[in-house]
Amino acid sequence: MNDFRIVPAGDAALVVEFEARIDPSVNARAIQLAEALQAARVPGVLDVVPTFRSVAIYFDPLRTNGDALLARVDAEAAKPSSDKDTGRPAVRVPVCYGGELGPDLAAVAAFSHLSEAEVIAAHTARTYRAFMVGFVPGFAYLGIVEERIAMPRRATPRVRVPVGSVGIAGVQTGIYPMETPGGWQLLGRTPLKPFDPDRAEPFLIEAGDAVQFYAIDHDRFVDIERQSRGATRP
Amino acid sequence: MSGIRVIKGGMLTTIQDTGRWGYQSRGVPVAGPMDPVSHRLANALVGNDRGAATLEVTLLGPELEFEDERVIAVTGAEFDIMLDGRPAPRGMPFLVAAESHLRFGQRRRGSRAYLAIRGGVSVPRVLGSRSTHVISAMGGMAGRPLRTGDRITLGVADATRPTAAPPAEPVVELPSRPARLRVRPGPQADAFTADALEALQSAPYLVGQQSDRMGFRLEGPRLTHARGADIISDATPLGVLQVPASGQPILLMADRQTTGGYPKIATVISADMAVAGQLGPGDTIAFSVCTPREAMAALIAQERALMVLEMGRQ
Repeated sequence: MNDFRIVPAGDAALVVEFEARIDPSVNARAIQLAEALQAARVPGVLDVVPTFRSVAIYFDPLRTNGDALLARVDAEAAKPSSDKDTGRPAVRVPVCYGGELGPDLAAVAAFSHLSEAEVIAAHTARTYRAFMVGFVPGFAYLGIVEERIAMPRRATPRVRVPVGSVGIAGVQTGIYPMETPGGWQLLGRTPLKPFDPDRAEPFLIEAGDAVQFYAIDHDRFVDIERQSRGATRP
Repeated sequence: MSGIRVIKGGMLTTIQDTGRWGYQSRGVPVAGPMDPVSHRLANALVGNDRGAATLEVTLLGPELEFEDERVIAVTGAEFDIMLDGRPAPRGMPFLVAAESHLRFGQRRRGSRAYLAIRGGVSVPRVLGSRSTHVISAMGGMAGRPLRTGDRITLGVADATRPTAAPPAEPVVELPSRPARLRVRPGPQADAFTADALEALQSAPYLVGQQSDRMGFRLEGPRLTHARGADIISDATPLGVLQVPASGQPILLMADRQTTGGYPKIATVISADMAVAGQLGPGDTIAFSVCTPREAMAALIAQERALMVLEMGRQ
């Protein structure tokens, strides 16, 4: 049964598309395919990029056997989901909610007819899946957020969102790895850096990871921030 | 190590190697030269490996001072180049003496020139690459364009490495008006009405003012979506034409984000990305659909010309 299709994107990329929906099992197949292709180290392949429901394979057309690559991708994509997880432990992310660090917490509480404490409880209750990493280095699209607090993004995006800001946009949640413009509703901030090129492992979250937020107070935020600054190269 | 002193940075002069491949699954853009063929040609001319970092010069060029004697070459866009006040050649290697002054003057054709220096530019690699990505402040000179007062460290110039003779015919033609770019349909041509590919080829597109290393906003025949302009975000290849709700395509270039949420009607073939990389605001593009065979033949011809040059070093 073919529940996927392989489409070329120009002469240097193939895209494997699974079912067009945002769903953990569809996403698991995309990530499984991407990891299999990365592990296979097919000559000429430059990059393999899993997203919500697809995988892009970038290759050098002059150094790749196109037919062999297509056959390989087709065979791997046809494999059923193995249901095994990534084998990586859940990433635990401390967040100082509300106040200056989470300027939209009150708005999300009003939207959901909950207290701020209840919004925090709802946001920390679930273990989220990292469906994909994109937008900027280390930005993981996490889901699925509880419907009650799933407030749409702001009508007018902020010009600058500080590093570590934790926001929601509908049923998605995420952490801003660098200062960028952004329209997500900001609930709080983590002292961890989602992306730090000077760290031994530059990326906090990879596609397929489980992510769990937990609440910390402002003193703890400052403590962890100071420690993690010490942990990276000056 | 010896280096180059930046007297004036120019409009947008960045350090680029062949790009930061292998990290797009973590959201890291590739960057790299907008015109990869001119970049490679410049390196070949001075006897560098093709992966050496060069300076990509955009529209208004820099003024530089060399601390030591070096073989250099400038390829890509046509600028009037002055070495210590005298005209210097384009597209061939030449020697600059220690303490000499290189200035990019009037630009005549094309948008981006590449300055290769024997030994290459030697800034630290970030995730395996020296390429500058300004938006994520990564690579190159502290992740930003060059500016007055910078000092760029150079690699060791290996005097035994042969330079290459300039090609008898240009490896890349600078864009004509309009620039002709060949595309292959997809990856989401079926997200558009049946006549959209015809519309794409029906008249030239203007490269809009909001065009940069991330992508070119194009103005021309409207491309109509079959079922809305939003898709579940997926990967965004180099040279792809993504189409937001306006129906006006955006051609994604070297600094593009790794993912995007708009349908993509067609993709410029690899061999034509060098021409695309020479375009800037106000230029025009005529798109045409080609066959896979034509795309491959064009790429092989380009590769052959570059290989002849690289192998035939004197």
